[in-house]
Amino acid sequence: MKRTLTLLVLALTAMLTAQAKLNVVATTPDIASIAEVVGGDQISLTTLARPTEDPHFVDAKPSFMAKLNRADVLLHGGAELESGWLPPLLQGSRNGKIARGAPGDVRCNEGVAMLEVPVALDRSRGDIHATGNPHFLMDPVNAQVVARHIATVFAQVDASHAEDYQANARRFVDDLNARMAVWNKALAPFKGAHLVAYHNSWPYFASRFELQLDLFLEPKPGLPPSPAHLAAVIARMKEEGARVIIVDPYLSRKTAERVAGETGATVVDVTQFPGGVKGTEGGYIATMDYLVKSVADALGRGSSTR
Amino acid sequence: MKRILIYLLAISYPAAVWAETNGKSNDLSELKEQLRQANEAFERAMQQHQAAVTTIQQRIQALESPGGTSHPPAVAEAAPSPATAPVPPPSQPKTWSPADPIRIGGAQAYMDVGLVGTFAAGGSTADDIEGGTELGGHDPNQRGFTVQGVEATFTGAVDPYLRGLATLNFSVDAEGESFFEMEEGWMETVSLPANLKLRGGQIYSEFGRHNPTHLHTWDFVDTPLVNGRLLGPDGLRNPGAHLAWLAPTPFYTELIFGVQNSQGETAASFRGGGGHTHGGEEEGLPFAYRHADNDRGVATFSDLLLTPRLVSSFELSDEITLLLGASAAFGPNSIGAEGGGDTRTEIYGADLTFKWKPVDHHGGFPFVKWQTEGLWRRTGVGAFDWSAEGTQNDPGVLLDPATANAPAILDRETLSDYGFYTQLVYGFRKGWTTGLRLDWLDGQTGEYEEQGLLVADGSGGGAPAGNDLLRDARWRLSPNLTWYPTEFSKVRLQYNYDDRRDIGIDHSVWLQFEFLLGAHAAHKF
Repeated sequence: MKRTLTLLVLALTAMLTAQAKLNVVATTPDIASIAEVVGGDQISLTTLARPTEDPHFVDAKPSFMAKLNRADVLLHGGAELESGWLPPLLQGSRNGKIARGAPGDVRCNEGVAMLEVPVALDRSRGDIHATGNPHFLMDPVNAQVVARHIATVFAQVDASHAEDYQANARRFVDDLNARMAVWNKALAPFKGAHLVAYHNSWPYFASRFELQLDLFLEPKPGLPPSPAHLAAVIARMKEEGARVIIVDPYLSRKTAERVAGETGATVVDVTQFPGGVKGTEGGYIATMDYLVKSVADALGRGSSTR
Repeated sequence: MKRILIYLLAISYPAAVWAETNGKSNDLSELKEQLRQANEAFERAMQQHQAAVTTIQQRIQALESPGGTSHPPAVAEAAPSPATAPVPPPSQPKTWSPADPIRIGGAQAYMDVGLVGTFAAGGSTADDIEGGTELGGHDPNQRGFTVQGVEATFTGAVDPYLRGLATLNFSVDAEGESFFEMEEGWMETVSLPANLKLRGGQIYSEFGRHNPTHLHTWDFVDTPLVNGRLLGPDGLRNPGAHLAWLAPTPFYTELIFGVQNSQGETAASFRGGGGHTHGGEEEGLPFAYRHADNDRGVATFSDLLLTPRLVSSFELSDEITLLLGASAAFGPNSIGAEGGGDTRTEIYGADLTFKWKPVDHHGGFPFVKWQTEGLWRRTGVGAFDWSAEGTQNDPGVLLDPATANAPAILDRETLSDYGFYTQLVYGFRKGWTTGLRLDWLDGQTGEYEEQGLLVADGSGGGAPAGNDLLRDARWRLSPNLTWYPTEFSKVRLQYNYDDRRDIGIDHSVWLQFEFLLGAHAAHKF
């Protein structure tokens, strides 16, 4: 009898502590993968966008409102990537903890040096973001900034596990530093090589690894590729010897394959989001491993046939 | 100068580390550790360099942008070194004080400003387009060109507790007369306790899916017939307030309760004068063949318009979302003579939205959206004596053959009207959608329609009044094709097949075009 009671009490305690977990909502899976490492078992994590979908155009499902209503912390990019769907959800969430400026409102781009910040806002240049290119997590150094930022917020909101969060973030930063050497080495032979992308999601990756990313299948961000533009891209690729086209899972691989067919380039499936392509399910570092390896392999193949 | 120093540091530090430790040991792990340190130092230097560049860029921008000289970038934006600097503090925006100016423009404005212009061009076999084939106040209203609306939206945080929005619409009617409408203008709470949200001002009634939306979010050129007839040409919106509660269910459930004024042209089925508004079905006899004279003003709470709504959403799979809603509106109306009785209108509605979007969509495409709304209205109409309007020799007076063509005396009765629209929109490739909508309306024939009344022609007799055209059966089928060059513009071609009992069949073709400047409101579900 006594033992049953003890078990019951233990079970109840377990349930209560389970419920006491920090409720974290991340807008995109890349941010979520860092939060998962930093938060460990102390958080309960919900990701809104799926890794294969276009993060600019996520459906503002009403269920997201219910999820945001219960969140202790909202992690979002802070760079307008989610501006097409997050604001009405936030307005409907009625949650002061994650309201603008509250401790639970985490703009992950804080402390990140944003690239391509427009000097003037002009939509004739396509879909540009006032705060700069929002795909900043494709640079592992920025992932370190974000991990530390998240740890600080978690520690502030859930002080009882502050040390866990800080330790997890430190470990993540160290792991990234260790991998960084490997990634740098893998891509070092291709410094200055040209990369062609469908959409301009990759300037941070390119600048970190000193690749040249200056050709895009989209004529302007968000516009569909026109035949004239593709012809120009093909000509430039031949001129510059660009041999690799990278394509996100939600973009048209067919278009990229057509251009590759004309130029002899290789199409590489890339993703910004863990789980976006096969082999990236393991998290942020696994995704970077995959990206570096597949880009290096493709560049290697390109240079051997040159 | 600073940049050069950083470069020097970046190059020299790893070299120094290497030189210092080179002679000591060849231990592999130690070398690895050194490499890691060197790498870290390099990252640090790069990050500092980037931060410096960003700061300089931002300063240049601030100087270059007109009027934007004052604000240096915030410290947090100036990118501390990831390896050493303290972690950036969580977002702590500057506390707003009422003395701060309201600024427009740039990413740091206190208010988002957007402007949408929507226009139509086309033609119809119908002569009565405005209020006839088209029932909405912002629908195409004539052959040739129509300014459907040029709409300005202002929105933003009022202070830490409130959010505000105003939508002002400018249009031109079929006669070329310009008119201005305040569609919405309200403030709402950001985070009340108990999952509540309070909104007050000039608000749309949360009735169904279509009613609380603006022209530029519609998937078709024009208003669904059932909305135009049962809720009014401009929809149901009036000064008032609503309280919305997000239920603590695992799925999304929201309960909204609105209280608004019940008079005016934007409450057409209530004390709005029986549909006598711009763009309304106003030709010929009034609704229920009696004028709206019975205006008793607001005496008690029950003279206000009450609009409850319950809405839930379920995700059937990763790709399929379902939304179900039930709405109602209760309030007094003014139909019938002064002292004709305490007449009221009740409107009930049910709506269903089904949306499919694959997990690897590109720019939101492809998708399928199926939306259906059904409405049922019960209108109590008061007694009305046409002898107050004139004699049997006055043209336009309603006469009753049963009493030797004396002006008709209409009894009090309750009228039932109902209808639905169902629409399917298929986004088949990025920027392209095609849609099909079916509209259907009918009503129970009223006693006043069965009395064989005549409309006086001035000779003591008259022509049969027939069925009430404001309640008559009709249906419409509308296929369309839309191209969105970007999210900020669209071109839409739509064909309408209209079949109205007692009037006949009409064909209309409309080309709609639209542009958007400034802030683009996010897409709601």
